[in-house]
Amino acid sequence: MILLPVLPIILPLAGAILCMFFRKNLIAQKVFAVIFSSLMLTVAIGLLMSVRGGEIAVMNVGNWPAPFGITLVVDMLSAIMLVLGGLMAVAVSVYACFDLDQGRTRFGFFPLLLIMMMGVNGAFVAGDLFNLYVWFEVLLTASFILLALGGEAAQLEGSIKYVALNLLSSALFLAGVGILYGMAGTLNMAQLAVVVQEGGHGGLVTMVAVMFMLGFGIKAGMFPLFFWLPASYPTPPAAVSAIFSGLLTKVGVYALIRMFTLVFCNDIAFTHGLLLVAAGLTMLTGVLGAASQHEIRRILSFHIVSQIGYMIMGLGLFTTLALAGTIFYLIHHIIVKTNLFLVAGAIKRLTGSYDLNLLGGLYESRPGLAMLFMIPAMSLAGIPPLSGFFAKLALLIAGVQAEAWWIVATALAVSLLTLYSMTKIWAAAFWKAAPADALPCKEPADWRLFLMPMTVLAILTVCIGVFAGPVFSLAQDAAAQLMNPAGYIHAVLGGG
Amino acid sequence: MEVALAIVIGVLYAGGLYLMMRRNLIQLIIGLGLLSHGANLLIFTSGGLREGGAPILEEGKKAFAAVPADPLPQALILTAIVISFAVTAFALVLFLRTYEVVGTDDVDEMKETDT
Amino acid sequence: MTSIILRTATRYMFPPLLVFSIYLLLRGHHYPGGGFVGGLIAGSAFALYALSFDVASARKLLRFDPRAVTATGLAIALISGLPPLLSGKAFLTGTWWNVPIRPGVTIAIGTPVVFDIGVYLVVLGVLLSFVFLLAEEE
Repeated sequence: MILLPVLPIILPLAGAILCMFFRKNLIAQKVFAVIFSSLMLTVAIGLLMSVRGGEIAVMNVGNWPAPFGITLVVDMLSAIMLVLGGLMAVAVSVYACFDLDQGRTRFGFFPLLLIMMMGVNGAFVAGDLFNLYVWFEVLLTASFILLALGGEAAQLEGSIKYVALNLLSSALFLAGVGILYGMAGTLNMAQLAVVVQEGGHGGLVTMVAVMFMLGFGIKAGMFPLFFWLPASYPTPPAAVSAIFSGLLTKVGVYALIRMFTLVFCNDIAFTHGLLLVAAGLTMLTGVLGAASQHEIRRILSFHIVSQIGYMIMGLGLFTTLALAGTIFYLIHHIIVKTNLFLVAGAIKRLTGSYDLNLLGGLYESRPGLAMLFMIPAMSLAGIPPLSGFFAKLALLIAGVQAEAWWIVATALAVSLLTLYSMTKIWAAAFWKAAPADALPCKEPADWRLFLMPMTVLAILTVCIGVFAGPVFSLAQDAAAQLMNPAGYIHAVLGGG
Repeated sequence: MEVALAIVIGVLYAGGLYLMMRRNLIQLIIGLGLLSHGANLLIFTSGGLREGGAPILEEGKKAFAAVPADPLPQALILTAIVISFAVTAFALVLFLRTYEVVGTDDVDEMKETDT
Repeated sequence: MTSIILRTATRYMFPPLLVFSIYLLLRGHHYPGGGFVGGLIAGSAFALYALSFDVASARKLLRFDPRAVTATGLAIALISGLPPLLSGKAFLTGTWWNVPIRPGVTIAIGTPVVFDIGVYLVVLGVLLSFVFLLAEEE
């Protein structure tokens, strides 16, 4: 159907507009947010079904033909990301209905969330580099406001670091776009791929590739410029942290995957080798940073960094299996990470703190919540049969096949350290006896309903682990599609 | 002309990055502004500098008298300027708020989120 | 801050600025101009008013909340993309209708104009949200 590729952009926009019209009616806003994010999820699943067979959905906005107009392209990777984005939007908006304070809701949390989702979805379907830039800016601007919403001192300080580094990365991205346009005379990704394949541009392509690597790398939280992430993600309320940690850095990873499989594959030894080194360092610094922290959300934030490393590792190895591993890792990571942040938010709602020194005894008093933490945490550390195990396994096998022993060794060591910090949270918050000066637990009236999004995500984590076969074959098909860009180019540009 | 613009772009980038590394919030935001101007000029220059009319057809004609300038880089820059305008406006509000809440405009004093 | 010169000038400048902004908006489809510039000029008219009088009276002059203006603009822009879908074309394809206003005289009304009106309102709304917010901070 011709409408489908644009629906993931239109739906959140329509939802946001409705929310803005009902500025005073918070209940209506909550209803709209949940309805429209559910619609988004439905559309995304429909899209995934329709591209599952291998064909690519293309739409030329305004009927301007492909390399001239704005093209929206949905291949399997895009569709998978859209489904994950929709899922997170539903989970977080349901969660926010219960947990978010009045002030922030009144100031426009829900319309901002939907606008941000529009940016995220737009970035996933963009088939044109400048369009990608615009969607990045849309999601960044919305995320700036979401991050600063409420205006606590820590939030504002975190926002400044976030804003400054992300704007720097946007400037780099834009400069790269300019140089590419000067070189190729087009910004359509498929056309760019054709021009770069024809060759004759010497080292310029590699230079631009490194610029994009830096630009997207900052947004993805890649080594060496990831410091904004642990400084800003732990500051806003749990609902905001959760959607940020699940989706935003992954948009950067998605853009890296797209550009470095489609366009920048003329000097693989150098660019992808560089990616692999950056991946190893990202993993290591992230996990070491996490080991030194004592606040749940700071630990989790550093783990985002370390896991971005795993995803980049698959891209750096650049084989079908490795890319399939990366995609599987994306699926697993987005669900698990969002869930962990939501559970952290639940702990805060129950006890009033994120600080491990003030928490304790939750396993005794809240075994249900303990289970909800246990599943994603163990999945993150890669314990079989949960989803993280298979994601890491695929990446390790790919690393062994490529005989990149040092990255395999790093990945294994980092995995062990991840287990260490997950058990640290587990032991401190759940197992040890509650400290004498612990804050009193009070269970809100809507507690069971409130736990619903987390329960659903935890069940999904288990399901991905149990039915790893079908999910992995989906990831493998998507990876095969990425490794063979001719199909993408043909779908966008037609016979040429 | 290209050389002159290349030097200007270089100066804008250098100035922008230098200002971004200062400790003052206002200098940070001016630096960001310079950086985005540098990027815009870079698009403009790498899109090719050409003497030619505007790419708008006269009424009733089917072809241009001379080869017109490429309009796309300008469209891209216009979009980028609009975006950087909005983002800068937001950053100003954010920095003003931060100054009021934290009580300083020195980035080095903002240690609460350091890890 | 309010000087009598500025106030008197604003009183005379305000209506022509608004008319000029509409002129730019409608001219924009075939010639330089368009919703964005139009919206900026209308926005600067209100900003000027807020500077020379005060924000409260500028808000009163606008009648609607800037955020409501933004939302309306977004809605109009979004709706302008929908008509081509009815004829099976892609989203936002330019579609034109010839509307007769008198026997023998028709004007062409198209979705790009509607889209531009949306842009006009969005720019006006967003600009004024910022300006009013910053001016009230003092």
